[in-house]
Amino acid sequence: MALTNEIIKSRLTEKFGEAVTGMEEPYGLLSVTVPRDLNLKVLNFLYDEPDLSFRFLTDLTAVHYPERTGEEICVVYHLHNLVANIRARVKIYAPVSNPDVYTATGLFSGANWMERETYDFFGVNFVGHPNLKRILNVDEMDYFPLRKEFPLEDQTRIDKDDDMFGR
Amino acid sequence: MSRPVRFNIKEKDTKDWGINKVQMPEGHMGDGFFATSFDKVVGLARKNSIWPLPFATSCCGIEFMATMGSHYDLGRFGAERVGFSPRQCDLLMVMGTIAKKMGPVVKQVYLQMAEPRWVIAVGACASSGGIFDTYSVLQGIDQVVPVDVYVPGCPPRPEAIIDGVLKIQELIHNESLRRRNGDQYKGLMEFYDIQ
Repeated sequence: MALTNEIIKSRLTEKFGEAVTGMEEPYGLLSVTVPRDLNLKVLNFLYDEPDLSFRFLTDLTAVHYPERTGEEICVVYHLHNLVANIRARVKIYAPVSNPDVYTATGLFSGANWMERETYDFFGVNFVGHPNLKRILNVDEMDYFPLRKEFPLEDQTRIDKDDDMFGR
Repeated sequence: MSRPVRFNIKEKDTKDWGINKVQMPEGHMGDGFFATSFDKVVGLARKNSIWPLPFATSCCGIEFMATMGSHYDLGRFGAERVGFSPRQCDLLMVMGTIAKKMGPVVKQVYLQMAEPRWVIAVGACASSGGIFDTYSVLQGIDQVVPVDVYVPGCPPRPEAIIDGVLKIQELIHNESLRRRNGDQYKGLMEFYDIQ
């Protein structure tokens, strides 16, 4: 039987019960939210079960929602079952004051650089990552540029008219 | 009948062709000698044999390729020989967006060049960061190396790049031999933390 979103949903609720929330299917892509300390268990479950076998990590990134107090940082995993050609999305939320998330590098080697990038831009602290340091930005950068509280523009310029450059 | 072979000995009137020939420097001339000041001769030689080092990172580099091509041909101005070793080159041409992470590379290339050396910033990005007013882009290469000539444009046309090189030639031509030993120049180097 072909794998469908309904099967994935029922398998997840069967295994994790109420812990899996926020199920939605925007544009047919299944999206689930799990507690952040369960992220590895859910990813492992989706990876290991023979009928699910989400064995490819397409993308790992984060989103900053400053208005959601206590769950400002959302880490998103995009998974792909290459056999059935089904994709799924797993989200976890962490507070910006303590953005500790377990690393997925044990499960997906490809998560290594993606977690470094996510750390670089959002400051998500991936616990257990073998080499968690900046990957794209300069090493001496002292903030996480894609967090919403930091303006996009380079703040070292003094020769631009502020009114015209949105400062 | 055989074709007559002769040298073209007729002097052509090139005044109206818009051609700039290299002018003879001021000096005293007599039978079999010509005397002028040393820095004029050196300036003349340097300005007409620039070796550019292209540091091309984006679309301005494409315009530079057109500039070196046969249609625009920077070689007409003595800058035919594009070198890819900084140690042999006189003119660093930075063309394109320089990310902050690449800033130290530009500086190292500049440091590897031997004096006298000149720098031209081609295009809006190299001159000021251009449209990339963002945390990751260097807001003008003059934050890491001293720049002699800025060429505006996004990207500038080959004519503009040639105009910038002509401005560099003017600088080279008029530069005093002692300029790079002067206090002002040393202060400039200190400002950029070079030596």
